[in-house]
Amino acid sequence: MEYILIIIAAIFVNNVVLTQFLGICPFLGVSKKLSTAAGMSGAVVFVMTLATLVTYLMYNHILVPLGLDYLRTISFILVIATLVQMVEIMLKKVSPGLYRALGVFLPLITTNCAVLGIAIVVLDLPDPSLIKSLVYTIGISLGFGLAIILFSSIREHLELMNIPKGMRGVPIALLVAGLLSLAFMGFTGLV
Amino acid sequence: MSKLNTWKIFTRGIIKENPTFVMLLGMCPVLGVTTSAFNGLGMGIATTFVLVMSNLVVSLVKDFIPDKVRIPAFIVVIATFVTVVEMVLEAYVPFLYEQLGIFIPLIVVNCLILGRAESFASKNNIVPSIIDGLGMGLGFTFALTILGGMREILGNGTVFDLSLFGQDANMMILFILPPGAFIALAYLVVIFNKIFVKN
Repeated sequence: MEYILIIIAAIFVNNVVLTQFLGICPFLGVSKKLSTAAGMSGAVVFVMTLATLVTYLMYNHILVPLGLDYLRTISFILVIATLVQMVEIMLKKVSPGLYRALGVFLPLITTNCAVLGIAIVVLDLPDPSLIKSLVYTIGISLGFGLAIILFSSIREHLELMNIPKGMRGVPIALLVAGLLSLAFMGFTGLV
Repeated sequence: MSKLNTWKIFTRGIIKENPTFVMLLGMCPVLGVTTSAFNGLGMGIATTFVLVMSNLVVSLVKDFIPDKVRIPAFIVVIATFVTVVEMVLEAYVPFLYEQLGIFIPLIVVNCLILGRAESFASKNNIVPSIIDGLGMGLGFTFALTILGGMREILGNGTVFDLSLFGQDANMMILFILPPGAFIALAYLVVIFNKIFVKN
């Protein structure tokens, strides 16, 4: 039950994009079409969970015992970059179908600040056990998926609308994101 | 490099290719920390420092780095300076450190910095690289301060903690909250592009 609450809180109440402002670049960048947005969210769920697992173990079992926790930022970003590369190579070999679906998004994920951000945020969770951190990360990445899929389906409709010239493109997308964020504020206090 | 050219490199980042309003790079800190003008300014200065230093180092070592590993190498350079900024802020400006929080380590993945290292510093000499970093950094700082100021005025009735409308004024708290960041930025992008970037 506790884990279900963590997941619901991570998806709706603390939505990573709309309330914590992590992962805005892919949120604005790859949300023009619903299909690419869905591919991106699949890749993010996969990489984010894996990245948090690795960085969590590395931080608690290598960096902290050696007193090297000030190297957190450098080591995390290197591990994430390497991990993404490795996942890409392995997917290509093991599951070409999945690779075709997610492949193009994988290189983009290295600079997705949500991955590094959540890897750091979970270290500051109260009572940060490994299972809890992973459950939280899965919830957060599902929240990212939900936000980007909602956003891209609205943007697909925007293409057909008659929007004032100056507002076309990014400004109207930002306004829509603002309204979505407003809607998600309604979940405050849910859990 | 003639004088005019240097000036162009410098001003380009501030107006014509403003990283925030025109190129829309590095949006996470732009939206995340701009609840006040002070936070925006602090984040801008921190990013400018990292940008200038990483451009400097990248332009120095560009001939020694094999092409294949250049991106990881750039990231290590950037991450080093981000760690420096993190430590300095924690030691000397703990208030700002608390306010910016997670967004300080996240300067590493600010696509603006990696973008400049890749597209400018790795192809140019040291002086233009520094100037490019400075121009882009100032453009970023300018944008963050404006956005932070706008949100602070509309949402809290203050700017740099100076009260504008008296204590009991009813302000639009929305602008301090997350949705306000998106909405304020949307209108600023429109206004900026209307005034400076006529196409």
